[in-house]
Amino acid sequence: MTPASLVRRISSTCRWIVADRRLVIGFGNAMRRDDGVGPWIATRLADGGLRARVWSADGMGLIWIFGTETNLTLIDATRSGSAPGSIVRFDAIKTSLPRPLFHNSTHEFGLAEAVETARRLGRLPDRLEVIGIEGADFTARAGLSAEVARAASAVVAELTQAVR
Amino acid sequence: MSERTITVNALARVEGEGALHVRLRGDDVEIVEFRIFEPPRFFEGLLQGREATEAPDITSRICGICPVAYITSACQAVEQAWGTDIPPEIAALRRLIYCGEWIQSHVLHAAMLHAPDYLGLRDIIEISEVEPELVTTALRLKKLGNDIMEVIGGRAVHPVNTRVGGFFRAPDRAAISALLPELEWGIGAARTLALRFAEFDFPDDRGDYTFVAMVHPQVYPIEAGRIGSSRGLDIPVSDFHDHFTEEQVVRSTALHGRMRDGAAYLVGPLARYALNRDHLGPTVLKTAQDCGVAEVECNPFRSILVRMLEVQYACEEALRLAGAYVPPDPPAAEVHPRAGIGQGCTEAPRGICHHRYRIDAKGRIVSATIVPPTSQNQPQIEADLKRVIRASRGLDDTALRLRCEQVIRNHDPCISCATHFLDLSVDRG
Repeated sequence: MTPASLVRRISSTCRWIVADRRLVIGFGNAMRRDDGVGPWIATRLADGGLRARVWSADGMGLIWIFGTETNLTLIDATRSGSAPGSIVRFDAIKTSLPRPLFHNSTHEFGLAEAVETARRLGRLPDRLEVIGIEGADFTARAGLSAEVARAASAVVAELTQAVR
Repeated sequence: MSERTITVNALARVEGEGALHVRLRGDDVEIVEFRIFEPPRFFEGLLQGREATEAPDITSRICGICPVAYITSACQAVEQAWGTDIPPEIAALRRLIYCGEWIQSHVLHAAMLHAPDYLGLRDIIEISEVEPELVTTALRLKKLGNDIMEVIGGRAVHPVNTRVGGFFRAPDRAAISALLPELEWGIGAARTLALRFAEFDFPDDRGDYTFVAMVHPQVYPIEAGRIGSSRGLDIPVSDFHDHFTEEQVVRSTALHGRMRDGAAYLVGPLARYALNRDHLGPTVLKTAQDCGVAEVECNPFRSILVRMLEVQYACEEALRLAGAYVPPDPPAAEVHPRAGIGQGCTEAPRGICHHRYRIDAKGRIVSATIVPPTSQNQPQIEADLKRVIRASRGLDDTALRLRCEQVIRNHDPCISCATHFLDLSVDRG
């Protein structure tokens, strides 16, 4: 391999690493039982060395992060009436998020509102996956219910494998 | 005689859960009930038996929008009880983090919750479609407020670096200096938003208010001063309960604040501005003039403009404080627990937030009384509703319902604090 082709190859690989440098954001309130499923997953991914962070503030602040990232995965609890622990996925670049599904937020501005506002402002990243996990218990306590904890562990394993 | 009933079962674009019930009989407004049904939160009971040093962290949990107000008032009350002197560097840093809270809270309400009323839109998502620059500017300003809170407080919501006596750690000089360029931008951005909001078509209205706010001889009051009113009251913070009282009403899980003579009064931006306008400085007063804000603004629908004046002021004040920042060393004054009663009062974004604690010799809280701004404003909000409904009774039910919601949003009520919005019912008989 010539020095020039080596440089091209390294450069190409670096671009791929940067482009695929996914950030996972776990959205929710860890003191509201299953509403904390996003933070629960993000904490474990971060402990495993992945780019992941917890977001417990209102959804508006997320819009700025959208504009600074290229590849984002957002995780939030849903409350749709489906079986606890059910997982739904959206390619939010292609699909609008159903607002009633992700409405576990004070101030009526949650994850769906953040994504849809960012879409209108032209601030969405290149890739935006949204994972929703159906919660069972949103009372004021720490810890996840059993079904949600099982689903959360599966998502942790899946994302860990995908990034590695 | 005709009767109309208007009911709003769940108020939107306010902090917390409330409702409104109105009954009209002919031209008479028989019943106006601003109902707060969010469950009581028992914070004053939770404090009993706890270390007084825990009060700032516990009471900050009352509100995710204005935690610094609770932290600062709680710190002041404990420090007064214990005779703690706060060095000027710590006082300046408290004022700086409080500026951050004013910026993020006011911008959230003005641009995202209140502005849709005047643009005929439902929410910020719809504003994003027609005025993306307005939304982008507001989001950036809100982020600036959050950044100030994060740099000083360790995080933007429920800061963790604050304590009785001061701070656990003094922020690095470099971290504070890094805020300066954005604060310079923020001054102009707040003016731009104020000028845009001044173009709104505001309803004609005038309240006969007793304004109550902190007053200070040198600066626009945020975290220091006496308590004053537009009717001549001028008292130290420690005399608050001699002049103001709270009463229980059946329709509300939040207490109603009144003056001792039973009169309603108004706290918040309109009151602060009316009593302290001269301390805003020339550039903010220029914005006030360009926006057509009166020297005493009594049209509550125009409170959105006064909030933006306060955002501009908070950016200017934060710029001044950050530019002159000297890391306090030590970061907290030494405290010496002793038995006593202490009171603290600061200007939360929505108005004065008063704390009173009785503390035993071991430094534990025996009793606590916290008077948040929304509790104080509830009787005045009902008086505003009566006045506006009387002037607007020709509107159909849908329009009247919207007007009533606007009247409540004028005062940015934080129901979560007061119990802590609106389900409106209008009964026209």
